[in-house]
Amino acid sequence: MSQPSPVAYDSKIEGNVIFTRVDAAINWMRSNSLWPMPMGLACCAIELMAASSSRYDISRFGAEVMRFSPRQSDVMIVAGTVTYKMALAVKRIWDQMPEPKWCIAMGACASSGGMYRSYAVLQGIDHLLPVDVYISGCPPRPEALLDGFMKLQKKIMGEHSLEDQKRSLVDTL
Amino acid sequence: MTVQDSVTRLQERFANAILKAGEFRGENSLTIKIEALHDLAAFCRDELGFDYLLDISSLDHFGEDPRFEMIYELYSMADGVHLRLKAVVPGEDNPVAPTISDLWPTADWHEREVYDMMGIRFDGHPDLRRILMWEGYPFFPLRKDFPLEGKVSDVPDVAFTEVAPLAGGPFVTIPTDGITEVREPRARRAGDPLSTDKFLAES
Repeated sequence: MSQPSPVAYDSKIEGNVIFTRVDAAINWMRSNSLWPMPMGLACCAIELMAASSSRYDISRFGAEVMRFSPRQSDVMIVAGTVTYKMALAVKRIWDQMPEPKWCIAMGACASSGGMYRSYAVLQGIDHLLPVDVYISGCPPRPEALLDGFMKLQKKIMGEHSLEDQKRSLVDTL
Repeated sequence: MTVQDSVTRLQERFANAILKAGEFRGENSLTIKIEALHDLAAFCRDELGFDYLLDISSLDHFGEDPRFEMIYELYSMADGVHLRLKAVVPGEDNPVAPTISDLWPTADWHEREVYDMMGIRFDGHPDLRRILMWEGYPFFPLRKDFPLEGKVSDVPDVAFTEVAPLAGGPFVTIPTDGITEVREPRARRAGDPLSTDKFLAES
């Protein structure tokens, strides 16, 4: 048996009605319009900028709208070394982002502290925030960031969005 | 005015305060008493033309008494000469040095950095707060008795720190023309041979 398509299409009423599951529709919309919060803290931020430039073109994945306001963002890309002093600001900005939200730890420093085994550096942003995708590299190339982005999109497509976000509504139905 | 002329004039004027005048590879250093620092620095600025304070740094002679030493790098834009002032700071537990931020405004942040990293306080400083670490951090990380991996600090509502995993040594690079894998910083102990084929983390 073949995998059922997330969207069923009736040719008799073509263009007006499509059948799908609510989760599939919500996830499809969310995953193709992820607005990033660029938390650029070190050299990884340069690669993050390259990923949004014409050569790599992150807008192919619906993520070209870098929002410098956390209130308009969906995914925080932590790109760079997180010192303990900066960690407070990162956490505060993360708390200001509305649900649903995701986090990408870009590069060795954000994932694990990297080469900075020192008193001043947080040993991985996952001590502070829930991370969805880790990207290796020091710094990772833009292709690696795009690959991580596609992994995140795939992850979002598997979420139970309606159940997670609107539990009380689901209970009343 | 050459730097030799400056040193001669300083020695005439502050004969009691200058403990040693040395020269090494064209760099002139004066070891002075810390009490005379402010007057001597003001004389250097106003009379000798040292209008630029290049840098302030500090040393931790751990195990010696007195333990801390201040170093000031002066430069004269007009004459293009360089002069270094060195002064030991008394007091191991609460070292205090006079501020020179009223002479050169750039000394303000330099002295804040010295206070932050080494714990030397500056008498008369207008705004002696930490500059790199956050307010409330309990240690002075560049002191010799502070470990590289840090100490646990848990200050509620300010920030926490944990000890960093060093995997057997500090993470350092070595000079090489090798590939990325070789160039990467690896855990190495002091005195390890500069070999590229074996890393502590993997042995």
